[in-house]
Amino acid sequence: MLPELGLFALVLALLLAGLQAFFGIAGPALGRERWIAAVTPAVAGQFVMVATAVGCLAAAFIGDDFSVRYVASNSNSALPLFYRVTALWGAHEGSLLLWILLLAAWTVAVAVGAARLPRHFAARVLGVLGVVSFGFLLFTLATSNPFLRLDPPAGDGADLNPILQDPALAVHPPILYTGYVGFAVAFAFACAAMLEGRLDQEWARWTRPWTTTAWGFLTCGIALGSFWAYYELGWGGFWFWDPVENASFMPWLVGTALIHSLAVTDKRGLFKSWTLLLAILAFSLSMLGTFLVRSGVLVSVHSFAADPARGIFILAFLVLMIGGALALYAWRAPLLKSTAGFEFGARESFLLFNNLLLVIAAATVFAGTLAPLISDALKLGTLSVGAPYFNPTFMLTMLPLMALLPLGIHAGWKRGRLSDSARTLLLTLAGAAIFALALCFGIFAHGAVLTPVGAALGAWVILASLVDPLDRWRRGLSLSRAVLGMTVAHIGLGLAVIALTSVESFTFERDVALGSGASTSAAGYEFRFDGVAPIEGPNYDGVGATITVTRGGAPVAVLKPQKRQYWVQHQLTTVTAIHMSRGNNLLVALGDDLGAGRWSIRIQIRPLVTLIWLAALIMAIGGAVAASDRRYRPARAPAAAPLPGAAGEQPT
Amino acid sequence: MSRARPLRLSGVLAALAALALARGALAVDPTQMPTPELEQRYLALTHELRCMQCQNETLADSPVELAADLRHEIRDMLLAGKSDAEVRAFMVARYGDFILFRPRFTPRTAWLWLAPGVLLLVGVLVLVRVLRQRAALLPGDLTPVDEDAPN
Amino acid sequence: MNRFLLPMAVFVPLVVVLAVGIYRAPQKDIIASPLIGKPAPDFALPDLADAARTVHAADLKGRWYLFNVWGTWCGGCRAEHETLLEIRRANVLPLVGLDWKDDDAQARAWLTQLGNPYAVVAVDHAGRTAIDYGVYGAPETFLINPQGLVVYKVVGEVTHDVWTREILPRVPRAAFPGT
Repeated sequence: MLPELGLFALVLALLLAGLQAFFGIAGPALGRERWIAAVTPAVAGQFVMVATAVGCLAAAFIGDDFSVRYVASNSNSALPLFYRVTALWGAHEGSLLLWILLLAAWTVAVAVGAARLPRHFAARVLGVLGVVSFGFLLFTLATSNPFLRLDPPAGDGADLNPILQDPALAVHPPILYTGYVGFAVAFAFACAAMLEGRLDQEWARWTRPWTTTAWGFLTCGIALGSFWAYYELGWGGFWFWDPVENASFMPWLVGTALIHSLAVTDKRGLFKSWTLLLAILAFSLSMLGTFLVRSGVLVSVHSFAADPARGIFILAFLVLMIGGALALYAWRAPLLKSTAGFEFGARESFLLFNNLLLVIAAATVFAGTLAPLISDALKLGTLSVGAPYFNPTFMLTMLPLMALLPLGIHAGWKRGRLSDSARTLLLTLAGAAIFALALCFGIFAHGAVLTPVGAALGAWVILASLVDPLDRWRRGLSLSRAVLGMTVAHIGLGLAVIALTSVESFTFERDVALGSGASTSAAGYEFRFDGVAPIEGPNYDGVGATITVTRGGAPVAVLKPQKRQYWVQHQLTTVTAIHMSRGNNLLVALGDDLGAGRWSIRIQIRPLVTLIWLAALIMAIGGAVAASDRRYRPARAPAAAPLPGAAGEQPT
Repeated sequence: MSRARPLRLSGVLAALAALALARGALAVDPTQMPTPELEQRYLALTHELRCMQCQNETLADSPVELAADLRHEIRDMLLAGKSDAEVRAFMVARYGDFILFRPRFTPRTAWLWLAPGVLLLVGVLVLVRVLRQRAALLPGDLTPVDEDAPN
Repeated sequence: MNRFLLPMAVFVPLVVVLAVGIYRAPQKDIIASPLIGKPAPDFALPDLADAARTVHAADLKGRWYLFNVWGTWCGGCRAEHETLLEIRRANVLPLVGLDWKDDDAQARAWLTQLGNPYAVVAVDHAGRTAIDYGVYGAPETFLINPQGLVVYKVVGEVTHDVWTREILPRVPRAAFPGT
């Protein structure tokens, strides 16, 4: 009964999304005020219907309704309640429903915030969001119905993949998708501007908080995924340049470029068509990511079950949405010229450089991810691309970016006047260099050539970011949230670079075979293997080892890595034991039984690895703070007159 | 079409000792090489080659028996004095280019390796042109701007 | 040309590539064998039926044959066994088995119980020969010509369809016994 209700709710949602799209776009175009008035109710209705559908599916999971095929494939009666709920987004159909729910939620948020925007523009934004919702709902109902019944019902479920039975799973997809889907808002703002034939600085100011918020969520989502991989997969790795990881990283890179480009358009009315293009590109990459994960064209540990039919549907949807947006772009962009000027060393230049480097980084990741596909399609043979390609090529763009950042922060708009900050910049650089050398040669004994460079760049960004805010604080001046947020985010970036440099350079890893009572030493720690014992959990059993860690005789930790065998899926999972000690992450994983009480054991010591995710969180917080600046809220009365400061703008 | 995976079922400990299923389990490889230099090369090679059965894992990390066999091959080859290039060639001759995580630089893959550099070069040239245009517009630009505001 | 059409000009070929990718997706997990057209690697392995005897790849030259990699632990091998027996009955070309990473006694029992489609079975405990053939899972089957070159590789089970549509057409009629 409930599953049918859920399906019915989805169908209604589809209709409402269709109405939202139609009224939102045709209403302003034809000047029908009543149509425009119908948009917001359609938005609300669609959200309620989607939420109902999700609720029905959740009820099926909680109630162990194994007559629903999706529940039978992804749950089990022995599965703990918490995971029965999170299993909802554990596979293709449910995760798609989550996507749709989050899109509906964003749309509601925009409808509320759009109360202060010009009516026609707001309607168009919601209309475009309606088109996206409609497409995804149609895709779900046509190819990925989560409410399909099994007849006869399954006796019990096939259980959730054990890897996914982890608290991090509960939050990673929702947060990640919130970011992914959030770029649809920027896309909708861009399309609305193109449909209206007008794009001005105010448009950029409206778009900024939405984009920054989406970006913040995506940052957290990616960081969570990386964190989860580190704690769950047992190999001490946190980034594999896996196609699905890349599918979330590309929108992030372009999204970062977008928030900076919006800053220039907001401030100076420049780069309008470029900003438009970035807004289209960011969401296109989100959509492309969806395609890659679900169509089977790429090999990945992450991908959902491959299905060419789904691939074709998403591709068609991609073509319509992005093709349509790009056609609008080719039509409207030529009219968006500006005659503003700036000096070579002005902030605008640095932000342009920022954009260039980020977009090329995204293009590089794109090339590497799709290379197997391209090579195969063009009959150039099978090709395989992994970290040995991505790491060096990514650094090619990121190192210059970090080097230019401190300069960009201190460059003024329009005229730069970097010479005024020359002393500050040199002092902070010196400080950073000292820090880097201390890190590389004082605390750790070794490292490659790039290690001090990376550490120094990260430190320089932090120091350079702090100068002005600290100065203003000292003088008792206020700091706007936008500036505070920017500072915090840049500091987060600097910390991330320092952390990544440390982890890549100073990780110690060793695999050993140990008998009971034997120990091995690594990086100043002693690891003593104290044997194994059987363990049992709610839906698994297995073996747990005890490893006592000491440093110079003093006890540090007792680590208990496990190997679990899940009853239903017979899958063997390694659970690593991790302990933080003096900024180092000690990681121990259990390998194989070598007989006679000997086991192979992996030991990893990774300095500062947790700082990576902390730094990402700091970046996201910076974004949130910046997005909350009142500057970005539209004025109460929607502006109808040309804007001040928008001189040099061509009438359209 | 099923791709078989080895499975032995005889009690918890034995099952665990047995060849593990693909995802979620890891291989710990306590192979010791006689010299640090060989150890480095062994680790580098096993991390650079793909496990053909669990295709997104390196030979170093994959728990399947094929990976263990291939690691053994690599160890034997290194001990016999073969170079890194010879080890890679051995693998590619049998499994094709797909086994390499680092694509080789050949006429067919050149576009991939050259793309970032070329894009960067083209991008910088375009950028410089844009910057020149904007600098030229500066004298005629009288819009008031708070030049010191960071945002 | 309107330079704002550039993004579209990049988008269109990309869509084409993705479409081709979907079209070719079902073949995605079958990685092309680099051995096609090359000599089948040599080996000298014990005979499953008689451990004292050695099976050499060189002995097999001079006629078409199918080289089938299998193991008693392999579910797909169990599934394809019927088709292998069918191939044996058709008597067009012999089957040479490679018992990979298996237990000899279990393998012999398996063949006794299920029927033996093989002319001879070589035993590979160490896995070296399988590696030489680029085997990365079982079952896999190679079609080898009288000159000892690998003509075709089946990754996964040999089904009746694969036998009639992919393997048989590649064997010239002149090679059939009795013609």
